[in-house]
Amino acid sequence: MTVEFQLNGEPVSVAIEPRHTLAEVLTRKLRLTGTKVSCEAEVCGACTVLVDGLPVSSCTYLAYEARGKNVVTIEGLEDKNGNLHPLQQSFIDEFAFQCGFCTSGMILSAKALLDENPNPTDAEIIDHLDGNICRCTGYLPILKAVRTAATAMENYS
Amino acid sequence: MKRPGDFRIVNHSVPRADGVAKVTGRAMYTSDIELDGMTWAKVLRSPFAHARIVSIDTAAARQSPGVLDVITGTDLASLRPYYGHAVKDHPILAIDKVRFIGEPVAAVVAEDDLSAEEALQLIEVEYEELPSVMEVDASLAPEAPLIHDEAYTEGAFRGFKDGRQASGNVCQYVKVKWGDAAAAFASAAHVVENEFHFPMAYAYAMEAYVAIADYSKKGLTVYSSAQHPFMVRHDLADIFDLPLNAVRMIIPYVGGGYGSKSYTKIEPIAAVCSWRTGRPVKLRLSIDEAFLTTRGDDARVRIRTACDAEGKFLARQATIHLNTGAYAENSPLVCAKAANRIIGPYLIPNVDIDCYAVYTNTVPASSYRGFGSTQVTFPAESQNEELADLIGVDPFEFRMRNLAQRGEVIYPGLRPIDADVPGDLRQIESKFEEWGAVQEGRGRAVGCSASDAGSHPVTSAMIHVYSDGSVSVLSGATEIGQGSHTVLAQIAAEEMGVPMSKVRVVGGDTAITPFERSTGASRTTTLMGRAVLEACREAIAQLMSFAAEALGVAQSALIEECGGVRHGDTQWSWGEVIEKHFKHKDTSIIGRAYLRQTGDLKLMPPFWEIGVVGTEISVDQETGKIRLERLMTVGDVGLAINPAAAEGQDLGAATMGIGVGLFEELIYDGQQLTNGSLLEYRVPRFSDLAPDIHMTLAQNQDGSGPYGAKGGGEGSLNPIPACLANALYRATGARVRRLPLTPERVWRALQERPKV
Repeated sequence: MTVEFQLNGEPVSVAIEPRHTLAEVLTRKLRLTGTKVSCEAEVCGACTVLVDGLPVSSCTYLAYEARGKNVVTIEGLEDKNGNLHPLQQSFIDEFAFQCGFCTSGMILSAKALLDENPNPTDAEIIDHLDGNICRCTGYLPILKAVRTAATAMENYS
Repeated sequence: MKRPGDFRIVNHSVPRADGVAKVTGRAMYTSDIELDGMTWAKVLRSPFAHARIVSIDTAAARQSPGVLDVITGTDLASLRPYYGHAVKDHPILAIDKVRFIGEPVAAVVAEDDLSAEEALQLIEVEYEELPSVMEVDASLAPEAPLIHDEAYTEGAFRGFKDGRQASGNVCQYVKVKWGDAAAAFASAAHVVENEFHFPMAYAYAMEAYVAIADYSKKGLTVYSSAQHPFMVRHDLADIFDLPLNAVRMIIPYVGGGYGSKSYTKIEPIAAVCSWRTGRPVKLRLSIDEAFLTTRGDDARVRIRTACDAEGKFLARQATIHLNTGAYAENSPLVCAKAANRIIGPYLIPNVDIDCYAVYTNTVPASSYRGFGSTQVTFPAESQNEELADLIGVDPFEFRMRNLAQRGEVIYPGLRPIDADVPGDLRQIESKFEEWGAVQEGRGRAVGCSASDAGSHPVTSAMIHVYSDGSVSVLSGATEIGQGSHTVLAQIAAEEMGVPMSKVRVVGGDTAITPFERSTGASRTTTLMGRAVLEACREAIAQLMSFAAEALGVAQSALIEECGGVRHGDTQWSWGEVIEKHFKHKDTSIIGRAYLRQTGDLKLMPPFWEIGVVGTEISVDQETGKIRLERLMTVGDVGLAINPAAAEGQDLGAATMGIGVGLFEELIYDGQQLTNGSLLEYRVPRFSDLAPDIHMTLAQNQDGSGPYGAKGGGEGSLNPIPACLANALYRATGARVRRLPLTPERVWRALQERPKV
């Protein structure tokens, strides 16, 4: 079957099988490899993408479910001129990654939070990101990065 | 030597070289790579802990759509089908028998991964079950079944003997002894003696093991998530009897290592699949399969420590049993290191340690961050705290009385202590004073460790200096997230007098970079960093002589300036020197350095990795739940090439200590691993983040690395579990000697604690 959806602002049409997960379609069929798959059980959050603005685990979300929806992956975060999103910049500035395997999912989860709540408290950031595991950093640099991005986005808008 | 403040680029938290690639999703990991004509492999795993393979029928699987080949151990007879850098006990695919649930028995190669997966179900294996041994005591019992009953060849890199002379299932035995411990115990004022248990842990590198192999007449190329590509190259060259230059390991970005990707893992399976089919083959494990591939050694430690009436250590005796699982992997070395590291950074005049790595029918254990130290620092520092209480001195004072000063020898024959450990401890002490009185229901503790780190000092580096002033560093160290590509670029930029933007680190390809033994034991900054610095100096020495020749003056008349050379009013950058030397554009020169165990690196270890941490916890008396409230780490790294990256290593390491201290444990129920998935194996989450965290760096430039640097990244893990257990005791009076400190275990200890 064919599904059509908006991917990072552009319409896509892709042939899938009903069993295909969104992660498989993104990384294998469309070769957008920024989405990372780790636990395959909706625990780690590495595969997080945004569907209609909300974070979903693309490792278990069927591609079929995305039909007609608006999907955003890490590849869709830079602006048209190639400038980094404030979250991407703050993750670099705060050393908020090491191996980088959780980073795409972490940034997209944080984006969903900031889009909904531009000035989150630390407790709100921690609560929102509790479903995204990072095995390298110990989380504090990520907390700082989300805080920094929130401030940057406020100043920007 | 340059001091902090003198540096342009080193000792500054410059942004990571891999930053943009990783935040935009452009960083390619082995998981992401697909080659033209690539096929997929899937592995059939043993459902038995210990069984003889009677027969394997692959006929139906071979007929399955899309299947190219089905490979079993018997198909590998023309190769050398066993590997292992310590002991060659590990068959690529099971031969004759299986030794743990999850062991690879057969591999299917198909045009796509689903076809391979479906064909697995069509393979018929007949097993004859054998009695299994799941725990150390059962494995050491006189009537225990032998897990390995054939002779092995020694591995190439360690010179370890097959350890089974001691007892049939002992993989490795190590004794550490000095002084006369028995006599010291007999006359000691205070002795404590206990048994401790450290859990079986899983590293959970978020990218599971993955390899893509391409075998052809020209040789073998393998893309892999391996930490030690040169060690894997050895095993692959040996298996196929290929020369070293015909085996090429390419390591793209790696999604976490923590030791779990050191040495050879699944690369041989992918390689034999490609050898048989003549096609590139990708083998990507799931995380559930990674749980069945490598874990950390769990440990039982029986330990006695004695001190005199003033609280000075007299003796330590310990018997350490590591549950090594079905294959040796790197556990013989974990065994040796556990025996060494139970001393800590203290002066103990009489020592007698026996350490056994014991085969069982469980998932093979191997390297895991901390590497033996975490397992033994828990008992050692728990017991040190108990002795402090017996003497009636506070934990800081007790440790101060026993800590080695810089230059003192804690372990006869090894490098004297190259750190100011008492100074590190005083930093924690003043932070505790700053925090003030401990609230009701909370406990605070300090912990120390010392690890003989760095592994074997064999490292080489090469730099290209180009006539346009740019520099490439060729390094065989693997960027596993620790930031090595950034740190190495900083060193080269500093030495060559160029900005970071002019330096590129080229790594991850054994066909391009010179040899680096390994990326582990916290060695990269110290050893590869030093090799890069020396390669730069060697390039500069050439450039000075070229400049002298071009100017027609003696070299002694030249002054080396940042990024170039001056003679009177003549000032040339290094790029200009190169162009004048060759009288040609786009030319380059090569600087190189080799490190080996000689000169100031003769004495092992290359450096001591010190861990000094402080924790404050709260304990919920109703549920037994522990929460880390405050954390302080002192990263004794000599000089932080990149302070933010060094602190990142410390917090990351400490967080792994919190995991294994509070909730991480692989649990077997009989022969079956019951929690081999992330649904059931609990790692630290965002909400476990301590509200109050302080990280400091001790920068005394006392290491053997560049500018006095030495390694970090494991030290802040090693004392954490002990620190948590000691803080629990301070908070509640409950002494728990088995990790992790789960709510249930703590609650029970609270019920059982002696009434005051």
